[in-house]
Amino acid sequence: MSDAIKIIVDKCVGCGLCLKVCPFSAITLAHKKAVIDVAKCNLCGACKDSCKFSAITIFKPQIVKADFSSYKDVWVFVERERDKIAGVSFELLGKARELAKDLHCKVVAVLLGKNVKEKAQMLIQKGADKVIVVERNELDNFISENYAGVISHLVGKYKPEIFLAGATTCGRSLVSRIAVTIYAGLTADCTGLDIDKEKRLLIQTRPAFGGNIMAQIITPNHRPQMATVRHKVMKEAEADTKRKGEVIEEVVDGAVINARVTFIDFIQEETGKVNLADADIIVSGGRGLADAKNFPILQELAQTLGAAVGASRSAVDSGWINYSHQVGQTGRTVAPKIYIACGISGQIQHLVGMQSSKIIIAINKDPDAPIFKVANYGIVGDLFKVIPLLTKSLKAVRK
Amino acid sequence: MKIIVCIKQVPDTTEVKINPETNTLIREGVSSIINPFDMYAIEEAVRLKEKFAAETTVITMGPPQAESALREALAMGIDQAILLSDRAFAGSDTWATSLVLAKAIEKIGNFDLVICGKQASDGDTAQVGPGIATHINLPQATYVRKIENVDIEHKTIRLERLLEDGYEILEVVMPALLTVVKEINEPRLPSLRGKMRARSQAIATWTHKDLGLSEEKLGLKGSPTQVVKIFTPPPREKGMILEGEPEVVVGKLLEELKKHLI
Ligand SMILES: Cc1cc2nc3c(=O)[nH]c(=O)nc-3n(C[C@H](O)[C@H](O)[C@H](O)COP(=O)(O)OP(=O)(O)OC[C@H]3O[C@@H](n4cnc5c(N)ncnc54)[C@H](O)[C@@H]3O)c2cc1C
Ligand SMILES: Nc1ncnc2c1ncn2[C@@H]1O[C@H](COP(=O)(O)O)[C@@H](O)[C@H]1O
Repeated sequence: MSDAIKIIVDKCVGCGLCLKVCPFSAITLAHKKAVIDVAKCNLCGACKDSCKFSAITIFKPQIVKADFSSYKDVWVFVERERDKIAGVSFELLGKARELAKDLHCKVVAVLLGKNVKEKAQMLIQKGADKVIVVERNELDNFISENYAGVISHLVGKYKPEIFLAGATTCGRSLVSRIAVTIYAGLTADCTGLDIDKEKRLLIQTRPAFGGNIMAQIITPNHRPQMATVRHKVMKEAEADTKRKGEVIEEVVDGAVINARVTFIDFIQEETGKVNLADADIIVSGGRGLADAKNFPILQELAQTLGAAVGASRSAVDSGWINYSHQVGQTGRTVAPKIYIACGISGQIQHLVGMQSSKIIIAINKDPDAPIFKVANYGIVGDLFKVIPLLTKSLKAVRK
Repeated sequence: MKIIVCIKQVPDTTEVKINPETNTLIREGVSSIINPFDMYAIEEAVRLKEKFAAETTVITMGPPQAESALREALAMGIDQAILLSDRAFAGSDTWATSLVLAKAIEKIGNFDLVICGKQASDGDTAQVGPGIATHINLPQATYVRKIENVDIEHKTIRLERLLEDGYEILEVVMPALLTVVKEINEPRLPSLRGKMRARSQAIATWTHKDLGLSEEKLGLKGSPTQVVKIFTPPPREKGMILEGEPEVVVGKLLEELKKHLI
């Protein structure tokens, strides 16, 4: 594959433009000509687009004119949190409606479980034209292997054009298995989905490097086009109680069920509290809190706002709060409407986990803290004074 | 017991700076490290080795310089390392990457556990682990935060998976594939002896021919997804800095917050 990317030496004038745009620093100049280090190159094409002299060629596999006319409809995998349908599934139905409109096709929801049929109507109200239901005792708990087996079978039978799932712990574990089984392309963690109507391609936009780079990805030669989508990015449609739809009950052969993984138990952490993934507002604390016994100050603010509590790695490593609250590169990636960083300096490893938040508020006593560079509102001050006051004022406003 | 760990070499983000003008990562002169989550995979394998006299192998698919990541894993206590490096692998998406890793794992053979990190810090996909498991038809447990028990006799493993709102306990039949999160352990620093041993140890390199893979399934040709464009997101709006007495700044912030809370 060493000839996948080439500099046409006669055309290259050594302007160096491509060096600047290469996200992978794979290009250098030697004797006034661009040279590509193939080991570093990711073949993304940024250089080719930037070159004013058409001096860069990239070999992209020919689009084989495969016949995809038998593939139709947009499918949404319905994720359940035990008895409840996960919010991300409703968001996906909302997005799927838009995509289906562009493609003139139907939205199909795929629902697996035990005694789950009665949830089909709700899915129809939220945008599904059809709901495929598979009920089996073994599908009560989410076991990725079994779910992937059932869904791969359904995909083979119905041939959807697009398949969407939430980029959750469940969705991410499941969809990769399906994509590998059926040799489909899969794009993780999308934040944008659009349709190229003419080519019927799903244009998938996703962040990489913790949101410092965005990539647009397509799957030209394989169907379905599969993507997982971040929670809280797409808009859920209003429920329409008058919407009508079809419910299809599928029976699957026991052969797709495997007993190699046994579900033993689920332990809910901190019942009644908002979790990071679902939260519209997150109040996060760092080393600036100085001690575990100061976390209640944050918790009170969070409670007042109906927010979840997050933390920097320093706070987690100091044992002030559980790892499940850690935001950042080695924790969770979050993108709430409002993120309030309290006593967090804003190192890059923290930023990559939260910089896609809509509004960022930072409270830090150091005016030079890097967190202020990404903050929409920065309060330079002592968090031990500012936070209690903020909580008090919010409570007063609420009344 | 035999364990295979998959690691990826990624740019070190602690050294990555952001170019304030273009808002892109400055990667020049940035060194490479083992993907942070993969450090936990290595450590867990070494702990299992210590407990059950397991035999451990680390593999990576990447350019020739990824060998340094393998040496670091050896220094931490992994027994042997194999580098999967071939021009034909360049441009592979997660489908093709997991195929290469799966073939290498099958070639090593006779294993009980494959351990991956939860996700890589450059691509952030978390797809490669489940992809490998599917290519070789293994059961999987992702986001593992604790191995509770390994039953060598019955070849099962009991573990905890971290979920959004709690954790679940699973029992999985081995051979199996796990992906791990940070909570599972604290990676050790390599010992001096480990470093010495790692420096001189031979590391085999396998290419697509060694894995019996045709180029059709690899690199750009074998990858269903294609990157059409890479761009930098629009920079965040310039923020408002509120300074002064706490009462004043909180008052100002509340005014602003009202705009967003309704
Ligand atoms: C491989 C790797 C992975 C990592 N992954 C993560 C990750 O996932 N998440 C993460 O968060 N970090 C991660 N880190 C660590 C990261 O580099 C930083 O060390 C960490 O984020 C710092 O946490 P902090 O901001 O709470 O602490 P500090 O950097 O110590 O900042 C504390 C801040 O609090 C302010 N402060 C102190 N007292 C007060 C007060 N009374 N009022 C107001 N402000 C006050 C200080 O001015 C300071 O800015 C990772 C590091 C590595 C090497
Ligand atoms: N090129 C690679 N070589 C070896 N292991 C890899 C490679 N890419 C990904 N992995 C493994 O798969 C995990 C998930 O990666 P990703 O799907 O890219 O987020 C990583 O933590 C590694 O354990």
